[in-house]
Amino acid sequence: MAPLHTLQVEVNGQDQVLSVQPRQHLVDFLRNELGLKGSHLGCEHGVCGACTVEVDGRIVRGCLTLAIQTQGCKVRTIEGLSNDGDVRDLQESFIRNNALQCGFCTPGMVMAAKELLERKPDATREEVREWMSGNYCRCTGYHAIVDAICETLAERAAKSQKVKA
Amino acid sequence: MSTIRWNSENETMTPGPAHAGPEVEERPKVDPADQPLHNVTEDPRYIGKSVERPSARKLVQGQGTYIDDIELPRMAHVVFWRSPVAHCRIIGIDAGAARRMPGVILVADGHDLAKVCKPWVAVLGHLAGMKSAPQYPLAVDRACWQGEPVVALVAESREQAEDALQVLQVDIEELEPVVDMETALDSSTPVIHPELGDNLCFTRSLNVGEVDGAFARADAVAETTFEFGRHTGVTLEPRCQIADWNPADEKLTVYHSFQAPHMMQDLYARQFDLPESSIRVICKEVGGSFGIKVHAYPDDFATVALSIICKRPVKFVADRIESFISDIHARHHRVKARIAVSKSGEILAFDMDDLTGIGPYSMFPRTSAIEGNQVVNLVGGPYKHKNYRAHLKVVFQNKTPTCQYRGVGHPIACAVTEGLVDQAARAIGMDPLEIRKKNVIPDDAYPATGASGIKLEVLSHEACLRKIEKMMDYPKLQAEIEALRKQGIYRGIGFATLIELTNPSAAFYGVGGARIASQDGCTIRLDPSGAISVSVSVGEQGQGNDGIYRQIAADAVGVDLEKVRLVLSDTDVTPYGGGTWASRGAGVGGEAVLLAGQALRANILKVAAVILKRDATELTIRRGRVVDAKTLEPALDFAELGRVAYFRSDTLPNDFIPELMVTRHYAQRDFPFIFTNGVQASYVEVDPDTGFVKLLKHWAVEDCGRVINPKLVDEQIRGAIVQGIGGALLEECLYDDRGLMINASMADYLVPMSGEMPDIEVGHVQTPTRSSQLGAKGAGEAGTAGAPAAVMNAINDALSALDAQCWSQPLSPQKILAALGKV
Repeated sequence: MAPLHTLQVEVNGQDQVLSVQPRQHLVDFLRNELGLKGSHLGCEHGVCGACTVEVDGRIVRGCLTLAIQTQGCKVRTIEGLSNDGDVRDLQESFIRNNALQCGFCTPGMVMAAKELLERKPDATREEVREWMSGNYCRCTGYHAIVDAICETLAERAAKSQKVKA
Repeated sequence: MSTIRWNSENETMTPGPAHAGPEVEERPKVDPADQPLHNVTEDPRYIGKSVERPSARKLVQGQGTYIDDIELPRMAHVVFWRSPVAHCRIIGIDAGAARRMPGVILVADGHDLAKVCKPWVAVLGHLAGMKSAPQYPLAVDRACWQGEPVVALVAESREQAEDALQVLQVDIEELEPVVDMETALDSSTPVIHPELGDNLCFTRSLNVGEVDGAFARADAVAETTFEFGRHTGVTLEPRCQIADWNPADEKLTVYHSFQAPHMMQDLYARQFDLPESSIRVICKEVGGSFGIKVHAYPDDFATVALSIICKRPVKFVADRIESFISDIHARHHRVKARIAVSKSGEILAFDMDDLTGIGPYSMFPRTSAIEGNQVVNLVGGPYKHKNYRAHLKVVFQNKTPTCQYRGVGHPIACAVTEGLVDQAARAIGMDPLEIRKKNVIPDDAYPATGASGIKLEVLSHEACLRKIEKMMDYPKLQAEIEALRKQGIYRGIGFATLIELTNPSAAFYGVGGARIASQDGCTIRLDPSGAISVSVSVGEQGQGNDGIYRQIAADAVGVDLEKVRLVLSDTDVTPYGGGTWASRGAGVGGEAVLLAGQALRANILKVAAVILKRDATELTIRRGRVVDAKTLEPALDFAELGRVAYFRSDTLPNDFIPELMVTRHYAQRDFPFIFTNGVQASYVEVDPDTGFVKLLKHWAVEDCGRVINPKLVDEQIRGAIVQGIGGALLEECLYDDRGLMINASMADYLVPMSGEMPDIEVGHVQTPTRSSQLGAKGAGEAGTAGAPAAVMNAINDALSALDAQCWSQPLSPQKILAALGKV
């Protein structure tokens, strides 16, 4: 067994100092050491996107990132996002549009959509479909997820128009 | 009879319209199929509306509880050493080094677990002649597919168990595998289970009417061999469970990601020789199921056995690789089929021969012969022809066992039927929509019996075809295709008319001896606060059963939606029932909720009558209060009624006991199944240079009877369609000639992504079943039934302009290019 490393990381606004195995993945660290069960393990090889979390403002695969790679970083998970209310409009839109069924992929979907909302505020429906292709959903058929994100894009655009005006 | 109409939207009482509207204006003609349905409750507020479902809010915040989120004290973790080859003898297991690894608690093999768990043989009595071999939690002496669990390794943590697995030594002798289903019955092919005599699991023949005569007098005959790739469900949450045997009170609790908890309770009792009452199965959030999580897997029994042996909770969570080789597969069929048609477009006969390979064992307890059996029952299902011949062979092979996956046989039957109908139409130069209109069993001809003998209660093919034609603007699309073909752009339209069996009676499993309930139950309790607590034997896996049960209960009792609390999926708590499979949650479970709600409502009125000293017939219920039946004047709040009934029974007459908790059950017994119907259309573009298919648009018109929540139904249908498209275009478990799956990872096995899926427009026709008050039929699988046929037909419509055809699913770019003669 490799020696433990001391990991210092800010998770959802809280400083954490823990001893971790160098081989431990970020999502296992979040789930097992911190009890943040909202990030899910769907494939453990970087394809399905259910473990998507944010590290220093960019989304990553929690199953392809080692916990020690986040040394000194700011990590955010679905729990943090939900508590802070940053994506409340998006989450409401998911609920309104029935953009989730079993909910297993949903935290990852919300994380990925959040980055889209921030980085591509004028994304087209086609671009939303393309962007979200890194996150598998086996239940919905994607249509409602795309609807939910497009609706949030439009709402935010309308809001920023108003602010400008 | 009061003439006052209660307006449910704004809570006001309105008399009839104040004045008649302008009568000169002609009203647009309403299709009879679009007429609004009768109400099933007195004050309908939620049934039929797209209201939020209760679990959505927590799931969108990542606050659901899936099995892997649960941690119990002293919980151990199991991993399995699975056969790395398709067929082998187990020579020896050297677990010495593994046992010395940190954290290892137990290493067990098939012989160890056979001491606590009996073997099983998965056959059904009503599938005559069906056979299978005894199967154990872990392979005993011989493993019969790549992925069969052979050794279990239990450790304090998952990591420790996986580390120890690396040093476990298992010596095997590879045996000749039976890989190809086409040669499985050849005399030169080894027999997988010698005691069975051959590799034939089940066979069935059907010969109805005069098939040979029909083909002889046909103006055109189309014949094709259809191929369907073996694929699997890929639930995003893998199969998982925690078995917790408490040796002190001899009670087994299994936290399960599962669709039918009572079925598992029964199976654990029988396989482990335990009283049923000592077993509790609890399902929390289930991260996708689709039929994958309705079967009893060897590693499931192994996990329970290990908990009993270790006397502590044991968690099993499949990783993705082992999901691919141990979750059930489905749909591997080769169907040679033909259709006879007259010049005028009348379908005269279908004739088909289906071969399917199911792995080395029939899957427990639903068996692996059902899928093929369904294909026989369903080919030609929407149409009125009277001549039908079918032959089915279900064979064993050394690949992962197959069993019921969403749609169960329907996608194959529908693709065969609809593919042949399109070929017949092309042969006689008839429009594909036209030939369907001409041949579907007319909407006024029900109840009817299909050529295969299936009983059809009431369907609406004609109305659905009318509706989809309008939705997609068929003539405009045809013109567009025509114009684009001149520019070398190849687009096509494909239709698929379908039937789907839902709301099954005991004819599905019960009559065959499988202890799988066809009935479901609901208990509703009025709480002292005036809220209601609703407990149902059917669970929730994302389809929104929790949502519709809340809606039905709220309407049936007469309370606000927010006043309904749901309790699902716990065998210690809920009524007994079948759970979720064969699209029965709404039709069977929903009816039980309605009946329980009505019964509680009647009991509430009895209590109110006693408290108010009035006649119960003078009272009714509106939104959590008892009101005067005529004036709707409030008379008694539920909270006040609850207070008196529960805390001041001293004020009630001595001979009166309030019964504010009721249970009702429902089983559909009028027909073997309640069939639904629908039609789908797909619009695609095929690139003849690359073989790539772009899905431009998809339409579905579905008749699932009464729609309880349109938004839930629409996304059920869309999700099912996308799963169907997956099988038609992308998904296939690929095997090499030694029986090894070569694409068992999420990166190599292609699952549909949002970028390549089309927008899907959904329309409804509502023809309620008369077998229940609610009138709901199932909605979860029809999308998967029809999508592969629609997409396949659309591609072939496009390819027809290039004189090419492709009937092998998945219709990959390679196969399309091969059909075009380019590779």
